[in-house]
Formats: sequence, C-alpha cells, structure tokens
Amino acid sequence: MKLDMDHFEVSILFALLASIVLGIVTKRTDRERVQYGIYCFGCFMAALFCIGWFMRLLHG
Amino acid sequence: MPATPVNASSSVPLRSPSLTVVLAWLIPGSGHLLLGRRGRGAIIFATVLVTFAIGLLMRGPMFQPGGAGDLLSRVIQYGGFLGDIAAGLLYFVAVWLGYAAPDEGSHATDYGAKFLVAAGLLNILAMVDAYEIATRQKD
Repeated sequence: MKLDMDHFEVSILFALLASIVLGIVTKRTDRERVQYGIYCFGCFMAALFCIGWFMRLLHG
Repeated sequence: MPATPVNASSSVPLRSPSLTVVLAWLIPGSGHLLLGRRGRGAIIFATVLVTFAIGLLMRGPMFQPGGAGDLLSRVIQYGGFLGDIAAGLLYFVAVWLGYAAPDEGSHATDYGAKFLVAAGLLNILAMVDAYEIATRQKD
C-alpha cells in the first residue's frame, strides 16, 4: 500500500498535524491551546495560498 | 517560552527531568504521561504516530548520515538523520523491521521523507515541553 496525495492534500495534512502539537506545547490553558492551534493552522493556510498564487503568477 | 519560572504547580509529580526527556524521546507523549498530563500525552503520541505513519505509507526514504557530497548535502543528511531518530522507538522499530524505501525521486516519496523528519521534530517540541513541566517552569 502506498499513499499518494497531491501537494495541496499533503500541505493541509502537515499544517493540521503541526498545528496540533504547536498548540499543545505552547500555551498554558486548554482554551489558549485550542485558539493557538487554530491560529497556527490559519497561518499555514494563508502561507499556502499566498505562496501558491505567487508561484502561479511567477510561472505565468 | 517563558524566561522565568512560573508558580510551581503542586499537581506535578516529582520526576527526574532527564528520565522524562529520555522517555519522551523513546515513546512520544510518554513524558507527559509520566507527569500526569494524560490527555496531552495521548494527543502528542497520536499526532507523532500519524505523522510518522504517513511518512512510511508515502514510502519516504530515511536519511543516512555520512556519505559523499558537498558540505550542504552532508548537513542535510545529518540533519535529516537527527530528525528521523528523534521519533524514538518509531524509527528504531521501522528500521528493525527492515523498512528501507528507495528514493524514487517522486513528489510522494519526497514528502514522505519530510513527514518522517517532521515526526521527529514534533517529538522534540514535546520533549522540551515535558522537560519544562518536569522542572516546573510551566504547568
């Protein structure tokens, strides 16, 4: 069995997993951890779309 | 991360920080478990395990230290190897079971290698967090 995902799926998966751990190890209360995890995931997504559109425009 | 210790939590059981870090390295999340943070330990274990499993399922090659090449290539190889072994027993069990995916050069195997390293790096974050809890720098 080999997992074969495209760039977008892999990026979302990585953002989700990294955001979970970043949220858990960074803040002090559960509420803050959830908020920070969501914030990190949002930042990952924003960077993903910005870089994606930048590369698309760069290649024309 | 806080520069100064916060109020020590009385709920933190006294554990050796070194033992906590070693356990947290070998089994992701076990450091938190040892310190009574069961929920966080379970989430860390599941997250690192899923990340590592995705890397394996994408047939990501493990980094090998050494080898020929320029300085940058060797730094990448050694850094990747450290990231791989930071996953603790997950790495050693995979190697012991004979996992040795060839680098096919496809985007899937490339991402797989990154996920294997990311699992180790996420575990390092968890190890640091467990150390700070064990030394009562945070709750």
